[in-house]
Amino acid sequence: MSIRLSALELRDSLVRGELSVKELVQDYLDRITELDSHLDAFNSVFAERSIDKARELDKLRGADVNRYPLFGLPIAVKDNLCTSYGHTTCSSRILADFQAPYTATAVARLEDAGAVIIGKANMDEFAMGSSTENSAFKTTRNPWNPAHVPGGSSGGPAAAVSAGLCAAALGSDTGGSIRQPAAFCGIVGLKPTYGRVSRYGLVAYGSSLDQIGPLARDTTDCALLAGVIAGYDPADSTSVNADVPDYLGKINEPPSNLTIGLPEEFYTDALNSEIRKSLEDASSIFSSLGAKIIQVHLPHSRIDINGSGELSSYAVACYYIIAMAEASSNLSRYDGVHYGYRTDAKVEDIVDLYSKSRSEGFGEEVKRRIMLGTYTLSSGYYDAYYLKALKVRRLIKSDFDRAFKDCDILLCPVSPTTAFRLGEKTLDPLSMYLQDIYTLSLNLSGLPGLALPCGISKSRLPIGMQLIGPVFSEEKLFRAARMFERETGLSRLDPYRMNGEKVNGEENS
Amino acid sequence: MIERGKDKIKPVIGMEIHAQLATESKLFCRCVNRFGDPPNTNICPVCMGLPGALPVLNLRAVELGIRVGLALNCRAPDVTKWDRKSYYYPDLPKNYQISQFDSPLCVNGYMEIPEEGGGVKKVRIIRAHLEEDAGKNIHDYPSHTCVDLNRAGVPLLEIVSEPDMNSAGEVLYYAKMMQRLVRWVSAGDANMEMGQIRFEPNINLHITRNEKIYKTPIVEVKNLNSFRSLEATVEYEIERQYDEWLEDPAAYTLEALGKQNRGFDVNSGMTVYQREKEEAHDYRYFPEPDLTPVEIGAEWRESIRLSLPELPMEREKRYKLDLRLNDRKIQMLIQDKALGDLFDGSVSLGAPPGTAANLLSGKGAALANLNNCRISDLGIKPDQLAELSKMLSESKIVSTTASELFERMIAENHSPMDIARKENLLIQRDPGVLEHWIDEVIDENPGAKEEVLSGGKKQDKAFGFLMGKVMQKSRGRSEPGEVQRLLKARLIE
Repeated sequence: MSIRLSALELRDSLVRGELSVKELVQDYLDRITELDSHLDAFNSVFAERSIDKARELDKLRGADVNRYPLFGLPIAVKDNLCTSYGHTTCSSRILADFQAPYTATAVARLEDAGAVIIGKANMDEFAMGSSTENSAFKTTRNPWNPAHVPGGSSGGPAAAVSAGLCAAALGSDTGGSIRQPAAFCGIVGLKPTYGRVSRYGLVAYGSSLDQIGPLARDTTDCALLAGVIAGYDPADSTSVNADVPDYLGKINEPPSNLTIGLPEEFYTDALNSEIRKSLEDASSIFSSLGAKIIQVHLPHSRIDINGSGELSSYAVACYYIIAMAEASSNLSRYDGVHYGYRTDAKVEDIVDLYSKSRSEGFGEEVKRRIMLGTYTLSSGYYDAYYLKALKVRRLIKSDFDRAFKDCDILLCPVSPTTAFRLGEKTLDPLSMYLQDIYTLSLNLSGLPGLALPCGISKSRLPIGMQLIGPVFSEEKLFRAARMFERETGLSRLDPYRMNGEKVNGEENS
Repeated sequence: MIERGKDKIKPVIGMEIHAQLATESKLFCRCVNRFGDPPNTNICPVCMGLPGALPVLNLRAVELGIRVGLALNCRAPDVTKWDRKSYYYPDLPKNYQISQFDSPLCVNGYMEIPEEGGGVKKVRIIRAHLEEDAGKNIHDYPSHTCVDLNRAGVPLLEIVSEPDMNSAGEVLYYAKMMQRLVRWVSAGDANMEMGQIRFEPNINLHITRNEKIYKTPIVEVKNLNSFRSLEATVEYEIERQYDEWLEDPAAYTLEALGKQNRGFDVNSGMTVYQREKEEAHDYRYFPEPDLTPVEIGAEWRESIRLSLPELPMEREKRYKLDLRLNDRKIQMLIQDKALGDLFDGSVSLGAPPGTAANLLSGKGAALANLNNCRISDLGIKPDQLAELSKMLSESKIVSTTASELFERMIAENHSPMDIARKENLLIQRDPGVLEHWIDEVIDENPGAKEEVLSGGKKQDKAFGFLMGKVMQKSRGRSEPGEVQRLLKARLIE
């Protein structure tokens, strides 16, 4: 039952007393028990705590209940969001036993709004990856087809939402880690404007790139969560002190006189033809709804393919230099001294303790990025790499600013392919990095991006598109997305059903 | 300049000083900034470097840093920013320190110090920047090291000078005057014993021989915890470097060996080579992405400048030119701000400056020594000092009485005049009473009287003896000049 309803509908149902919170939470817990052993979306499930919270909420009545926008909703949070209960592991051995003494601001806001945090979801280790295959613990599967990846790094939250194991979830996006899994799993995911949501309590990967955002089954649910988590937090010096609009208020009002830009640089041969067709169709739908469609240019986000079929892009290079540099610094605190994993091996001295603990505790991809990041920041290389990347970053942002002089929002692909098979890209890190070619420009420029489904591929995998706007334009993005959703009915997609028939999710063809 | 045979040796010394700022809370979090609490009781996710924690700037530290910078004649630029300085050490929880690299809080200042051989010289200050302090490694246990993070995150101001000093004496002046200045502008307590101010000299020699200049490697010495160690280190290094250079003048040079780290061993009085610090640190500085740059508006900067008190140099000038005090008295009065404030307070209440200064430098200094504290800590009030100074300068009491009253007025917290009146300590002005005492003394000491009147060699001594007896009899209530006059007159009769 739950999987058919939206979070908003569930909340209203709970508020009206048609359903008790305990019943709903139990329903989700049962569903997790039934499906998660196959999906592996969760690192930990807070069964007892959730029931306790549910009981507490059920005691509230009347006016009290209306104060909670997320009343009784079971929500999963990515395992890089600190909670003062359970563990916060970032799907890494080095934090496998880490118990945070505090809760991330965004998560606390969910709880204050009446949500029940049902569990911590799996991810690529330290959010480094685009498939959730870099998790040190388990590999999450795509509910649409368990032989395929759910995307990453927020693969766990995305799969959980898509499979109806929670009403909605929080993920984090540094280079596309909310939007790409949202697209792969056929759900809606928002990367907010940088500074819109507090990062306090989000285990840092790329400090100038990270944002926490909601993953949900439709646009309205996404807006519901966004409204709760957004807003200034004095504990985060990079959070912006600006009012949060009422995202739900006018969400069903289609934006009038909408001009939509299609960046020429994103619609190249790098893009899979099925996805391109789906986006063209989406563009036509927007057109039929009254929007004006124009071509725009984002020169520094251009993607080139060389003779050997290798993709390259300024934006990708710029992103990885900055992200890896910041990551190498943010992850230096994991040293086996203060908390987290410490080697059991015999050590000669403190340096030996550091090296063994970190070598044993970190996975391959994390170590790769730390080393590359350290290199780009090192003496003699800083100017050529990091400093240069900061300058290119400016240029990438300027491209968007210029484009937004001529249009309101951009319509872009999210990923060059649909969900690929498990193991398909793990042998070549670079091919994995290139998954982010359409998403990472936003992290570099700080702009908001909303990913939502725009079609299903021939092999029955979701196709997603991305709506991008100027800073703090989330409200307009939601309205445009909602307009599209209502026209196409492409929301609350059920991976286990197709045309009314239940599909067991095993691989077709 | 030191001469050894044909060699002329010029010690070239610069210094890095770290001063803890006396903010209520740490630089980037709300933990209490306080020394001496049980280990790991003033910590939070931010200063512990827990996953997900973020720094938030304590602006008061910026204000205090600028106070010191302006007092050092620095410029405080409009924009200042933070950078990460990376290195691994157990007392550094994030394994990077939030510091300032290329946009420090203050730049291009100077401090004036007395120069060897008279006069004043400027020690130029390149920069003063803010950074967070690290915790402490405690090696008290045989099998392991403990880490106390109470100090992690405490705000530090790092003040870097040019190598403008040329002797241990100048280094000591610079250090002491910096300590005084930090306290003077209420930026910090600067107690060396509590690690609130730390000095790291860097020393090398420029040796001229046969008109060629040789430079020895620059040696930096850390972990000095007393002024004595600082002075001893510099003296030792000057000698040691010259000796080492003599062994191989071509090899022991700056070009060949660059910079070295040594530690000072208090027991032996020598510096020791520290191999582990030799690995060149690549700190991989990059801008701190979790903090925004700080804009120092002209208005704020001006208000900080205006809030500064009269600084030591200004006060010194005023005491010299306006009050015409001698150098020794001036140096005593400007040793700390509170003492000068006390002095100024008493002068504003009518104390003759010379007298007040004398009382402070005489009895005041003696009492301070006895109690192992500063003169300004004795608890003297400006009105007490003013009253006593006036009593003395108006000859209402003799100086020995003044000394006694000085001590008692503090201990009893009374006005010195009240004490003097109650105990009948004021100088007796009634000639009748004086003459009565004189007569009594003359009667009691006929032999002395004879000797005075006889006019022989012992006349002066006997006269002095009688004077002394009168003074004794008067118990400090007679003025020597007046007694002398009356005694002479009496004897002649």
